[in-house]
Amino acid sequence: MIEVKDLYKSFGDAHILKGISTSFEKGKTSLVIGQSGSGKTVFIKCLLGLFPYEKGCISYDGQIFSELSENQKRDLRAKIGMVFQGSALFDSMTIAENVMFPLRMFTTMSKSEMEDRADFVLKRVNLADAHNKMPSEASGGMQKRAAIARAIVNNPKYLFCDEPNSGLDPKTAIVIDNLIQEITDEYNITTVINSHDMNSVMEIGEKIVFLKDGVKAWEGTNKTIFKTDNQVVTDFVYSSNLFKKVRQMYIEERQ
Amino acid sequence: MNYLHSIGLYFLMIKEMFRKPTKWSVMKQLILKDIDDLIIGSLGIVAFIAFFVGGVVTIQTALNITSPLIPKHLVGFATRQSIILEFAPTFISIIMAGKVGSFITSSIGTMRVTEQIDALEVMGINSLNYLVFPKVIALMLYPFAIGIAMFLGILGGLAACIYGGFTTLEDYIVGIQLDFIPFHMTYAFIKTFIFAFLLATIPSFHGYYMKGGALEVGKASTTSFVWTSVMIILLNYILTQMMLS
Repeated sequence: MIEVKDLYKSFGDAHILKGISTSFEKGKTSLVIGQSGSGKTVFIKCLLGLFPYEKGCISYDGQIFSELSENQKRDLRAKIGMVFQGSALFDSMTIAENVMFPLRMFTTMSKSEMEDRADFVLKRVNLADAHNKMPSEASGGMQKRAAIARAIVNNPKYLFCDEPNSGLDPKTAIVIDNLIQEITDEYNITTVINSHDMNSVMEIGEKIVFLKDGVKAWEGTNKTIFKTDNQVVTDFVYSSNLFKKVRQMYIEERQ
Repeated sequence: MNYLHSIGLYFLMIKEMFRKPTKWSVMKQLILKDIDDLIIGSLGIVAFIAFFVGGVVTIQTALNITSPLIPKHLVGFATRQSIILEFAPTFISIIMAGKVGSFITSSIGTMRVTEQIDALEVMGINSLNYLVFPKVIALMLYPFAIGIAMFLGILGGLAACIYGGFTTLEDYIVGIQLDFIPFHMTYAFIKTFIFAFLLATIPSFHGYYMKGGALEVGKASTTSFVWTSVMIILLNYILTQMMLS
C-alpha cells in the first residue's frame, strides 16, 4: 500500500501540488486522472522520488520514503516497475535486452535464466516474436507492451504507469489497459496509473483520484464517478459529446 | 550566479559519478562499448588530420626558413616540437571536443528527453555512474590516440618534406632527433589525460542536465563544444605555464 499525506511541490513560483493526500491499495489498479497540466505527472514522479517535494509524506507499506537511506531507497526502487509515457526503452538495446536489463542489474541469474524469464514476460505481453527488434523498429503499442514487460520482469511490488495509452489507437489502448489489470491481479501488486483516458477510467479504475490544479478534487471508483454531482469532475468526465448524451440519459432515467 | 551554480553542479556530478557503482559485469561492457565509440571510432579522423596537418606544419616551416644560415634540419626539429607539444595534445583535443563531445552530449541529452535517465533512476541505478563513469574510463585510453597522432603528424611532415623537396630525408631525421627532451612527452601526456577527463565530463554535464526537447539537445551539443574548447585552451595555458616555464 502506498500512502500520501499532504504533498506539496513547486517549481519556483509555480505551485504544482497543493496538499494532496490519498492512498493506493495493494492488488488494485488506481488511476490518477485530470486535465493536462493538473499535476498528474509531477505527482507520480514525486511518488517515485524523481522530484523532491517541499512538504508531505509518502510511505510504501509503512516505510516513509524521505526517511530511507540511499541504500534502502535503492532496494525499494528495485521493487518498483515504471511504464513511462514515451515508453523510455533504451534505444541502444533490443527489446529482449531492454526486458532483461533489470535482471542484469539486480539479480545473479545466469544468461539462460534471464533469457527464459524475458521469454516468459514477452509472451505474457504478446510480444513473443519481437525479441530482436530495436525499439525504433517497433510500433507505439509494441513499445508500450515492451515497457510493461520490462517493468514486471523483476516481479515488482509496485507498478506505475504514466499515461500508458497516450498516442495509441482505442483498440490497442484497451489491450494495454486489460494487460495492466491482469498483471495487477495476477501478481497482487499496487498499481498506479496516470491517465486522462475515460475508457481506462471505465475499464480498470478500481480507485480514481481526480486532480484539478494540483488539488485532489475528488476520489472514488469507476462505479461512482458517473454518479457524482461534483461539478469539476462532471465537467471533465462529460466533456465529450458521447459522454454528455450518456449523462443526459442517466439524469432522465433517474427522474 | 548561473555560472557559479553550473560549476558547483559540475563538481557535484563528478562526486556523484563515483557513488553507488554499477555491477562490474555490466560496467565492463559499457566501458568496452565506449572505448569502441569514443576512441576506436575516432582513430580514422585523428590519423587523417594528424598526417596532413603534420605535412602542412612542415611545409610552412620550410617555406619560412629563408636564411641560408639556418640549417635545414631545423624543419624536422620545428615539426616535432609543434606536433608533440601543441598540435597533437591540444589541437586534436579541440577536434575531439566537436566529434566525441557532441556525440556524448546528444546521446545523453536524448536519453534525458526520452525519460531513459528517469527510467534508470526509478530502477535504483545511479545514472551518473552508469552513463558518465564508463566514458571517463574509456577516454583514459585517449593518450593512445594522441600517441598515434604524434607519430602520424611527424610522418606526414616527413612525407611533405621528401615529396615537396623542402629538405632531405637525412636532414629531417636529424631534425626530429635534435635536442629531444623526454619531459616534453610527459608534459604532452599529462595534458592529454586532463583533456580526456574534460572531454568526458563537460559534454556529459551538458547532456545530463539539459532541459527541453530535440532543439535543446542541439543547443546543448553546441554549448558543450564551446565550453569544452574554452576549458581545454584555458587549462592548456595554465599547464604550460606550470610545467614548462
